[in-house]
Amino acid sequence: MEKFFNIVQSVPLNHYILLSCILFSIGVIGVLTRRNAIVIFMSVELMLNAVNLLLAVFSVFRNDPSGQVFVFFVMALAAAEVAVGLAIIVMVYRNTSSIDINVLNKLKW
Amino acid sequence: MSIFYFIAFLSILFAVLVITAKNPVHSVLYLILTFFTITIHYILLNAQFLAIVNFIVYMGAIMVLFLFVLMLLNLNVESEPVKSNIVKFAGVIGGCCLLATLFGTLKLAATSSPVVLQDQGLGLVKNLGKVLFKEFLLPFEISSILLLSAMVGAVLLAKRERQPDGKVF
Repeated sequence: MEKFFNIVQSVPLNHYILLSCILFSIGVIGVLTRRNAIVIFMSVELMLNAVNLLLAVFSVFRNDPSGQVFVFFVMALAAAEVAVGLAIIVMVYRNTSSIDINVLNKLKW
Repeated sequence: MSIFYFIAFLSILFAVLVITAKNPVHSVLYLILTFFTITIHYILLNAQFLAIVNFIVYMGAIMVLFLFVLMLLNLNVESEPVKSNIVKFAGVIGGCCLLATLFGTLKLAATSSPVVLQDQGLGLVKNLGKVLFKEFLLPFEISSILLLSAMVGAVLLAKRERQPDGKVF
């Protein structure tokens, strides 16, 4: 089993960074190009996960468990954020009967 | 080593499908697959605690919440709002610029030696628990207050308000 992990772990750090950056950018593109509030929310989750992955990779790279504890905190925060955010989306849908974010432009100017 | 590239390819593919799928339900399903590939990344890093927590919290709790709200809202493909093509194009260009900037900066900040697991027990529950309950005890307790306030907030927000004239709004 140890040998398995050592074989796997010969991946350069740059490739992990590139993977996380790509996932994060996909999340940003999703926020910028979609109008459905729930899909925007899912893109935010994607960004959080990209950061989590990079934190775990750096934790292994530096041999420091603090990074993985931080990932744990980010997950707790994400759970709270999803609960409140989805409640807000349900309320927006109840008041406007759509979840198109372009309807919510009262605070825009 | 090649298993990493295969899983990384799958992660990126499913992430792209999340933001391009027309139907929001398909988006959620692709998001579950993306989270599953990220769980596999954690297992490859021997971060077993994070893999299990990612599996339970993200793929279990959060995705059920998303699917549940989607089914409550009764959406379909016809009512799906679409942005104009020029906004989409600008969004993609902006995202690619962000990717170049982020990767360039992070690449400069770190030397690219291989990621080698020095301590096999780094990501195990025993090791992480010691760190969590010694160095990070106060943040851990504060996060419990955060979760409580989030629960109260969600219940308050989603509750139907009764208007003075008796109409349920």
